[in-house]
Amino acid sequence: MNAQNNTQLETPRRLIPSSGEDARRQVQARRQRIVVNILRVLVSVIFLSAWEFASRAQWIDPFFFGQPSDVVIQIWTWIIRGTAQGPLWEQIAVTLEETVLGFLIGVVFGIILGIALGRSQILADVFGPYIKAANSIPRVVLGSIFIIWLGLGLPSKVALAVVLVFFVVFFNAFQGVREVDRNLIANARILGASPRQLSTDVILPSALTWIIASLHTSFGFALVGAIVGEYLGAVHGIGLMIATAQGTFNPNGVFAAMVILAVVALLAEALVTLIENRLIKWRPQPVSDISF
Amino acid sequence: MKSNHSSPALELYSVTKRFPTSNGQPYTALHDLNLNVRTGEFLAIVGPTGSGKSTTLTLMAGLEPPSVGEVRVHSEPLRGLNPYVGYMFQNDAVFPWKNVLENVAAGPLFRHVPRDQAHVSARDWIQRVGLEGFEGYYPHQLSGGMRKRVALAQTLIHQPEILLMDEPFSALDVQTRALMEDELLAMWTTLSATTVFVTHDLEEAIALADRVCVLTAGPATVKGIYEIDLPRPRHVAEVRFEPRFVELYHEIWEDLRHEVMISYERTKQHTT
Repeated sequence: MNAQNNTQLETPRRLIPSSGEDARRQVQARRQRIVVNILRVLVSVIFLSAWEFASRAQWIDPFFFGQPSDVVIQIWTWIIRGTAQGPLWEQIAVTLEETVLGFLIGVVFGIILGIALGRSQILADVFGPYIKAANSIPRVVLGSIFIIWLGLGLPSKVALAVVLVFFVVFFNAFQGVREVDRNLIANARILGASPRQLSTDVILPSALTWIIASLHTSFGFALVGAIVGEYLGAVHGIGLMIATAQGTFNPNGVFAAMVILAVVALLAEALVTLIENRLIKWRPQPVSDISF
Repeated sequence: MKSNHSSPALELYSVTKRFPTSNGQPYTALHDLNLNVRTGEFLAIVGPTGSGKSTTLTLMAGLEPPSVGEVRVHSEPLRGLNPYVGYMFQNDAVFPWKNVLENVAAGPLFRHVPRDQAHVSARDWIQRVGLEGFEGYYPHQLSGGMRKRVALAQTLIHQPEILLMDEPFSALDVQTRALMEDELLAMWTTLSATTVFVTHDLEEAIALADRVCVLTAGPATVKGIYEIDLPRPRHVAEVRFEPRFVELYHEIWEDLRHEVMISYERTKQHTT
């Protein structure tokens, strides 16, 4: 074996650019980031001031369309005095609890069933049509059934979130299992993997790229499930705040709740990305690194 | 796991393999194929593209059962996976989510060798294939040649009695390929594993093997078997210039060319 020769012939692909070029590229990248950030802020400033101006000038009726300054005041009031249902943080905590519980349960069931049906032709043949049929129902209507069955509390919201999350994760896990490279499976079998080891050591990690891609959308679905559930009937939560604001003709309240939801959703999205990077660190970096 | 040296390591006994296709007509990859692999030899199988070379290997490994006929390992009929084989695939079959160390240690870990022990022998094999220092790298960070080394170490760590290789170096550039071929020969000598090496490259086959088996255009059967009496140890890059090598090449190419032409005519008909 001539190991020295080989390592000289084949250096790893990750090339290290020279320090001068590296520094210049960094400066360039930083400049571009600053420009992009300024433009981003500018877009929202123009939009919000146009809205504010239009409603103050009575071009649009503030009674129906609200105005940004009142939305801010509404959020401030909720923070200081609490909402009609109690302190603001309590409403956020309730909605988050429903969302996270629904998300976790839906993901676990989706992965287990997706892999089971992906692995077994007979299971896929028997249950496939039922799952397709269930998926074609607009599942939000199930919210009413869940409230009748489970009441106004937490379980009915969690159930709706689970139903919404499950199908997204299930179809991705199923497809992920179907797309596993046949060579990898043959290789693992020859190397001595048992059927169980095939599932845990080859199929699950291979399907994980697909599954994780579904987590981004499915967390959004979990939030939709919780909010719609609260909207249909609840005693706490952001969805109820929206319903109350609607009932009292308070557009600023609806917008304020939307802002709070957006913040919550973005924080959750960042968390999912963090988990994603932790779980699939073996993946090559994507070619472009534009982040939204 | 060594056993009786006088009996052939592997026998394909009038083996036929058909695959179902989407148009309902089964596709026959192998037809009534008989082949003995002697214990300890290096057998190369050549044939035109799509002639069922890879199918022959999957039958030998027990990944697929034959439709007709029998595969025998040490004179025993093979059922299920062949426990004696190591298999190197044509395409990358290393696990992209495992780093080099975990990839090489995968086999022993599947077979419940304790983690410490598996890592010790993995490090040993990583060193033997010349990848020291790359233990923590993931496959996507390595060149094609380095990934082949990982696959080689992953396969050889079990010290398989029978080594099946399916065009393992066909994706490599010429220099890297010659290097890997020499290293393979060096390791083959120390391991004394029975080796079946599938390739479409006749030069590679003659340079490496003790015997070269030519398959017919599909459905494949054995067209001829040639003893390669070139002395060992061989240096792959140099042996090609020896007069005896050229002589053998001409002799076998006459056989092979005919089959290549048949297969070429067929693909032409398919495309026009």
